[in-house]
Amino acid sequence: MNASSLGEFFNMGGYALYVWGSFGATFLVILLEPLLVRQRHRSIVKRIQRMVRLESGVKR
Amino acid sequence: MSTRLINWFKFSSPATFYPLAGRLVPWFSAIAVILLAVGLYMSFFVAPTDYKQGEGYRIIFVHVPASWMSMFIYVVMAIWSGIGLVFNTRLSSMLAQALAPTGALFAFLALWTGALWGKPMWGTWWVWDARLTSALILLFLYMGFIALQGAIDDSRRADRAGAILALVGVVNIPIIYFSVKWWNTLHQGASVTVTKGSSMGQVMLVTMLIMVFAFWAYAIAVVLARVRAIILEREKDTTWAREAVGGQR
Repeated sequence: MNASSLGEFFNMGGYALYVWGSFGATFLVILLEPLLVRQRHRSIVKRIQRMVRLESGVKR
Repeated sequence: MSTRLINWFKFSSPATFYPLAGRLVPWFSAIAVILLAVGLYMSFFVAPTDYKQGEGYRIIFVHVPASWMSMFIYVVMAIWSGIGLVFNTRLSSMLAQALAPTGALFAFLALWTGALWGKPMWGTWWVWDARLTSALILLFLYMGFIALQGAIDDSRRADRAGAILALVGVVNIPIIYFSVKWWNTLHQGASVTVTKGSSMGQVMLVTMLIMVFAFWAYAIAVVLARVRAIILEREKDTTWAREAVGGQR
């Protein structure tokens, strides 16, 4: 597009709400989902490490 | 056999797939980031203004890729579910389970961006026409699959129940795809088809395809990352899993 100013660019020819609402939601999902997955992976790794520590502690 | 270069059965074991997936995730993440950056730039600065819909049509660059992914992921999920059901391979069912949340998110995005596109162009956020309704059913199928698996404690039984739901739900995919042909819908017909090619402008089409590949790379990366978590959750009592996370024995 040929926006002459930043304001005109963000206005999206009057479709600002719809265009930014779509792209915004999409990129929110794309940013949040990997963070949630990473959190899930970390929590199971920590849980296994805790289990291993507990069991080796019992044996000692 | 010496002619077989790769022993595929080896990778059907969670213990070998876990590190393999770990090596693949950064590559697909990098591809996704690069393609998303290029796709976004092209979506706003290269693709021309539409003669009919002005700047509002730019929603297409997230709406169509998200909708395609929501259907494609469902088919892949059903295939892995089916393989898990027939061959009783644990990893296939884990992959199906890892695909469901990502598919559900894409199904949600397809509906969300569709509503935001429908309001200015059709004058309504939502209509109960065949395309929109079948897309909503797809989201419900994903949510049903996730809820059903979550509700059954025994993971092998959960896999089987989920697989049957996934396979039955596949019937919805051709309904979504052909809904704009079979019924008179408010939703427009396909802009890009296998048989007739594309009715879009070249630059618009290329931009959209870049976004499609970006979403593909993203989905592969996030699903592989999630399947790693699922593998550990299910294999937490095994020796290899304990060694993989660096716990001393």
